[in-house]
Amino acid sequence: MKLRRTKPNPATHDIQEHPALVRIAHWLQALAIVIMIGSGWRIYNSVPIFGNYRFPLWATLGGNPLQSKIAHMDPGVANALNWHFTGMWLLLASYLLFMAHGTISGHFWRHLLPLRPRDILRDFIAAATFRLGHRLGEYNAVQRFAYWGVLFAILMMFLTGLAIWKPAQLSGLTWLFGGYPTARVLHFIFMSAICLFMVVHVALVILVPKTFVAMVFGRASHAHPTHPEPMHHAGE
Amino acid sequence: MPENEIIQPPKINADVDRRKLLRNGLSLGALTLLTGCDISDDDIVQQMFARVSRWNNFVQEELFSRSKLAPEYPESMAVKNFRYNAWYQAPLAPVIEASTYKLELAGLIADKRPWNMRQLYGLPQRSQVTRHVCVEGWSMIGKWTGTPLKTFLTLVGADLTAKYVGFVCADGYYESIDMPTALQPQTIMAFKLSDNILPTKYGFPFKIRIPTKLGFKQPKFVTAIYVTNRNPGGFWVDRGYNWFSGI
Repeated sequence: MKLRRTKPNPATHDIQEHPALVRIAHWLQALAIVIMIGSGWRIYNSVPIFGNYRFPLWATLGGNPLQSKIAHMDPGVANALNWHFTGMWLLLASYLLFMAHGTISGHFWRHLLPLRPRDILRDFIAAATFRLGHRLGEYNAVQRFAYWGVLFAILMMFLTGLAIWKPAQLSGLTWLFGGYPTARVLHFIFMSAICLFMVVHVALVILVPKTFVAMVFGRASHAHPTHPEPMHHAGE
Repeated sequence: MPENEIIQPPKINADVDRRKLLRNGLSLGALTLLTGCDISDDDIVQQMFARVSRWNNFVQEELFSRSKLAPEYPESMAVKNFRYNAWYQAPLAPVIEASTYKLELAGLIADKRPWNMRQLYGLPQRSQVTRHVCVEGWSMIGKWTGTPLKTFLTLVGADLTAKYVGFVCADGYYESIDMPTALQPQTIMAFKLSDNILPTKYGFPFKIRIPTKLGFKQPKFVTAIYVTNRNPGGFWVDRGYNWFSGI
């Protein structure tokens, strides 16, 4: 609680607010990422990169393999590819919306910057020893790092994805990522980074459920439990 | 495509079969809904896939450049023992008799006289060491030698302004590609793999080698080539895979 660098702003003190545009972009991204990962795992399973490791079928997207095989001789890989190449447009659109809003509204500059390695380390140690407080509407350095990290990882998913989708037409990009097979592994690694983010992100939301309320209804606060905002009560 | 999985010749009239089987499979589908909720095989979802796939065809056509060459590699990087891939096992690959083989021509082609092996081998050939990329993710660099499809299409007086080139294969496979890809200089009728006459399992007498397309867009055992303005689809394309599938 004592680790404060930015002056507490009375207007945002212990209040978290998300404009509708941010909430829509956030949830569309969440949906798109689930589609991309589920279908990506099904595609991965058809020819694994790492030995014989395959993702459990229930965690993949692409329908019932048996049913698919009977219907069209294909164990649901066509479905998975269709999900993947549909989901990528949803992810692209929601990502651009999110980035555009964050940049234009100033949200990124106000809440997610500055980002200093020293602060990240300090807050990380505090978090690891359970001494890092949380205030709604304010992001500590570890959170800032995680949010920039996942936004970067999604960007890299687009770039490595393009590199393995178009290794001939965009051969320069594929070369930049070390060639087709390496780009495919990088696509996997950035996917893993996003999964790691999601696990931590969801765990922390469970610890501080008000953040979920804010992302669904647009507003949540700790400071004034009797706040007249009707949305606030809707979330309680 | 998945190998070692279903060993049977391709179905004719797959679309009709598919509907019937889906209906029969409804109870099975209902059962799976209880275990893993997945809407992938739902009709509405399939229709959405088809629509997005058409949009992705368009995007890929726009992205495709006829003058952009796929990367070529030093010969030392070419794999000698190339991976076999089909929906049936290698011993079941059709054996084509070279002395009686004929390549049929149809559609918007001026000179439709069939070609025999001797005539085909008389065409100019060039080699390429390029990467074969499978839709499933694996890839392999190989050395292919053959005649540019453009050379052949020009020679037989094909309408090069038509939209599609279709292929019929001895194993029941069929495929089609867009004309710009057919005319791309690296798209060849490959008669050789690793400097050897194309072995039976790799598609003797020739396969269409297209380094700017995924592997399944490159038919083997070709017995007929035709030019058309109606999209002929393809074996896996008609089973849900994207038609353009450029890389």
